[in-house]
Amino acid sequence: MSTSTDERPATSELEPTRGQRFTGWAANYVDERTSISGLVKELGRKIFPDHWSFMLGEVALYSFIVILLSGTFMTFFFQASMVPVLYDGSYVPLKGIEMSAAMASTLDLSFDIRGGLLMRQVHHWAALLFVASIGLHMLRIFFTGAFRKPREINWVIGFLLFILAMAEGFTGYSLPDDLLSGNGLRIIDGLVKGIPIIGTWISYLLFGGEFPGEDVVGRFYVLHILLLPAILVAALGVHMLLLVINKHTQFAVPGRTNDNVVGVPIMPVFAAKAGGFFFIIFGVIVLIASLFQINPIWTYGPYDPSPVSAGTQPDWYIGFADGALRLVPPGWELELGPFTLSLNVFIPVVVLGLFIVVVAIYPFIEAWITGDKREHHIADRPRNAPTRTAIGAAGVSFYAVMWAAASSDLIATHFKLSIENVTHVIQALLILGPIIAYIVTKRVCLALQKKDREIALHGYESGRIVRLPGGEYIEVHEQLDEYERWKLVSYEDYKPLMLRPNAKGRITAGERLRARASNWFFEDRIAPVTRTDIEKPGHGEH
Amino acid sequence: MRNGTKDSMANKPKTSARRDRGRRHPLATVALIMVGLIGTGGAYALFTTSATAETSAAADAQLDDGAKLFAANCATCHGMALQGTTQAPSLIGVGAAAVDFQVGTGRMPLAATGPQAEEKPVQFTEEQVAALAAYVASKGPGPAIPSEEYLQGDGNAAEGAELFRINCAMCHNVAGAGGALTEGKFAPPLGDVTAVHAYEAMITGPQNMPVFNDANISPEDKANIITYLKYLDETPSVGGYGLGDLGPVSEGLFIWIFGLGAIVGITIWLTAKSN
Amino acid sequence: MANDHDGTNPRAGTTVEKYGEHNQPTAGTAVVSSDSVQNPGFEPFRARVADLDPAVARAQERRVSAWFVLSIIGSVFAIVAYIIFPIDGTPGSIRNNNFFLGIGIALALLAVGFGAVHWSKSLMDGHDLVEQRHGTRGTDATREKAIEVFELGNKESGFGRRTLIRRTLIGALVVSPLPAVVLFRDLAPAENPVPLLKQTMWAKGVRLTRDPSGTPIKASDVTLGSAFHVIPDGLNESEHKLEEKAKAAVLLMRLKPQDLHVSAGREDWNYDGIIAYSKICTHVGCPVALYEQQTHHLLCPCHQSQFDITHEAQVIFGPAKRPLPQLPITVDSEGYLIARSDFTEPVGPSFWERKL
Repeated sequence: MSTSTDERPATSELEPTRGQRFTGWAANYVDERTSISGLVKELGRKIFPDHWSFMLGEVALYSFIVILLSGTFMTFFFQASMVPVLYDGSYVPLKGIEMSAAMASTLDLSFDIRGGLLMRQVHHWAALLFVASIGLHMLRIFFTGAFRKPREINWVIGFLLFILAMAEGFTGYSLPDDLLSGNGLRIIDGLVKGIPIIGTWISYLLFGGEFPGEDVVGRFYVLHILLLPAILVAALGVHMLLLVINKHTQFAVPGRTNDNVVGVPIMPVFAAKAGGFFFIIFGVIVLIASLFQINPIWTYGPYDPSPVSAGTQPDWYIGFADGALRLVPPGWELELGPFTLSLNVFIPVVVLGLFIVVVAIYPFIEAWITGDKREHHIADRPRNAPTRTAIGAAGVSFYAVMWAAASSDLIATHFKLSIENVTHVIQALLILGPIIAYIVTKRVCLALQKKDREIALHGYESGRIVRLPGGEYIEVHEQLDEYERWKLVSYEDYKPLMLRPNAKGRITAGERLRARASNWFFEDRIAPVTRTDIEKPGHGEH
Repeated sequence: MRNGTKDSMANKPKTSARRDRGRRHPLATVALIMVGLIGTGGAYALFTTSATAETSAAADAQLDDGAKLFAANCATCHGMALQGTTQAPSLIGVGAAAVDFQVGTGRMPLAATGPQAEEKPVQFTEEQVAALAAYVASKGPGPAIPSEEYLQGDGNAAEGAELFRINCAMCHNVAGAGGALTEGKFAPPLGDVTAVHAYEAMITGPQNMPVFNDANISPEDKANIITYLKYLDETPSVGGYGLGDLGPVSEGLFIWIFGLGAIVGITIWLTAKSN
Repeated sequence: MANDHDGTNPRAGTTVEKYGEHNQPTAGTAVVSSDSVQNPGFEPFRARVADLDPAVARAQERRVSAWFVLSIIGSVFAIVAYIIFPIDGTPGSIRNNNFFLGIGIALALLAVGFGAVHWSKSLMDGHDLVEQRHGTRGTDATREKAIEVFELGNKESGFGRRTLIRRTLIGALVVSPLPAVVLFRDLAPAENPVPLLKQTMWAKGVRLTRDPSGTPIKASDVTLGSAFHVIPDGLNESEHKLEEKAKAAVLLMRLKPQDLHVSAGREDWNYDGIIAYSKICTHVGCPVALYEQQTHHLLCPCHQSQFDITHEAQVIFGPAKRPLPQLPITVDSEGYLIARSDFTEPVGPSFWERKL
């Protein structure tokens, strides 16, 4: 590789300053040992398209970095041990109370280390933001169809990151061994025991004996600070690598095609923006942590199997699972001979499992239905894929209903309702909500598409009424320029699959299913405006 | 009766203690403690003189007042002889504490039937409440209004907190933020409950709250619980604004609406073209 | 500004893959129209004020620097706050330390961020650049090379030919992780968990004591409407205190005897209307202790299962199926409440071998 020319200062007429000489020397030193100039050349001017929704993944990435930094600080003080100790720190209402070393060290970190409470709150708020931003990022990817070829694998990796983030969150939530997290673990223990055949043993192995035991905090600690972060960082690396290889999607703005990427180069504009954005995210988290209290474990007290607090809820990202448990109607438990099958626990686990599996494999389902093997780099506007958008809305409402169910008791107290009625309404919504969301969203998408088509062909209503010589009144429509129109007319159009016999002259069951699915997806379609439509004489009037 | 003085005694030192924690100005603290002491002392002096001055005739007059108030405001539901009706329970043997709690927090007289009697503005003066309590207590022995020594909030907060977690937190929430019960009933938040009403609730078990008699939780332990409640009430949340002490639900809502909301706003600014 | 789209359908992925005609990927059920509207190309560039007016640019430059200076102030403020707001154990001092330290750090970080973003938005080159995409798949030539590598590897090793080696290797690789699975057996003790789950500390004659003090309870202490949180005598001295408490926690209540609907075989399980039920929910194990003394309902605060105490803790609402197990009780010669026996069924959440 001939890199020597690059390292020589280009401005050779001017005498290089000391700083320039040092930079040149350092660059040369590094490159002669790493050939890093190749990487800089490849990546330095890579283009990144600009859109606010493309920053959501960055929010997740940056909050993860904040989590790593604040978490590392806390490991210097935290003791992952369930050995009972008598608390003798600064918090008066717990003085002399027996608790685990984990709880006591978390209290000491909060009350006797300057900035310790701040770091705990930064860590916890950043964790909530991390999972929330991943969720929003996933929704953006889903609703713009950015999971289509060649990005299906990256969707699955991102999904894995989401699951890992939740696992990180739950293990971290359990570490202080306070009353809230202890009751959370108790629920996990009950859930695990409800798994047929192997549940009892899994719980026994997880807790190192009977619940709660003295092992689970130490085990979760290793998962939380070593194993899960290692997997997470590795998966994150692959996620980013694939992002570089596939390049970012972009919206259908004039000049942007499926064959190019239009935006700002990494050096310098994107680096400044993204680097600055990192500091902003970090700053926002620290600001929240200095103003708003989170997880006051001293109020909850140490874990004890006897007490529980009203309003015992998990952190928000586990809420959907807790809500699913609450929504099970009474009596779902079977006795199969000598064995007990806890359907009230097992069915929610299975339903949630299926739900997240469908989320994970959705790109492959849609690819199978459309049969489209081309690469897609233009992000869809959600309205232009009505069925997908409607499915997404149904999924979101399914999730949201379960999430709301996890706070059914708070809904009841804050809106002066009875907990029974709240539960029954949410149970009904779990079924009806997604159906209504699906229908409404699909109709809204189609209506918006029609309106777009209308505007692309006839222009905006200007509100100006003109009287024609013949006495007729018309409203003047303002025509779009071609740039504005492009955003409205440029989208992918699919037709329902026609069932045709294959080479052997047969129609397979799989193909039949695909045709049915394709019909479901594409039977309601608004075709994009064509050149002929626009050139058709007389479309200016209505 | 003792009601009025109890309030002035319990409240004034409490106020000064709160100032002390919040502003941390030494002179202000001293001044406020002085004011508190003088006020309390004065009230106490007034009370003792008036108490000693009270004759049995005055007590009889109070019972008389109580009987009239009862007949006018309570007897429709609870019966002229306190025997109870289909609408309301008998009050024989409920004691002065129950009356002081129910009437003193405005729960009684009931405004409308609902899942449970709710706290509302008190309908009677302190003297009237005391008269009602004395009248009901005279009809059958029951828990009396607690003695001042247990209401000072000077017990062991750690022991009180432990008892609170075991006996109270499942309904009232560990931070005393309240919680849901069945069929629209709820355990109320404890933030603004006075020491005497908290104590009376424990010994009388109002509405659906179980009774915690002195054999279950001793008066000293009740004083410890009251100490902890006072600590909760007077101590600022150390990590900043507490978001209503509702735990992960309010934290989750906050991060989605305000945290992520602000950040999405920033991303829009960030990617907007500058002019 | 580069305007380099080539006029073919810009939406579909037709032009991305340029690897020979026979490899053209199928569009599936997509409608590929030759009549679609043409991409009009880039909109004309709009210059920013700072691009046109050097004075504005200088002002922007000052503004960016001001942000960075503000950040330095924030950092210094945080360090000062760390020192002048020490923690003395009082809640107020911790609150102040948290607040001022946090505000300083937040200011330092936010100001760097806003400064950098402001710089990039207002002063750095504002033109969009265009980069061409290439198909993600390798070129045909690259692929052929890759296939060649595999073929050579196969030929030189004989992996495909020497089936005995291949099969035994696969077998060895599949079996080799199994010892690791075995290693995890000792995560838990050797004994079978099932018998453990079926017994608690309660036994005939064990006194009911108050939680957490461990003092015994007389029957006369339990007045109507009372609820006692109960642990077995000796629990506080037990070696596995929390594990035992997690199974043995009990709620003691007194109802009027005529309110109780006692089933056959349980006639002597209550003592004069005093009844004891396991506090551990039969759903997933939260402590069920929200006792309503008028309705005699018990509510679980975690998932809202409700149990009717007058009907032997039958489930009347929520996801739980089984009633809470009842602890048979009586009094000893001194009048203290004691257990008649252990629970007659496993307490807590259901598990597979529960009835075994």
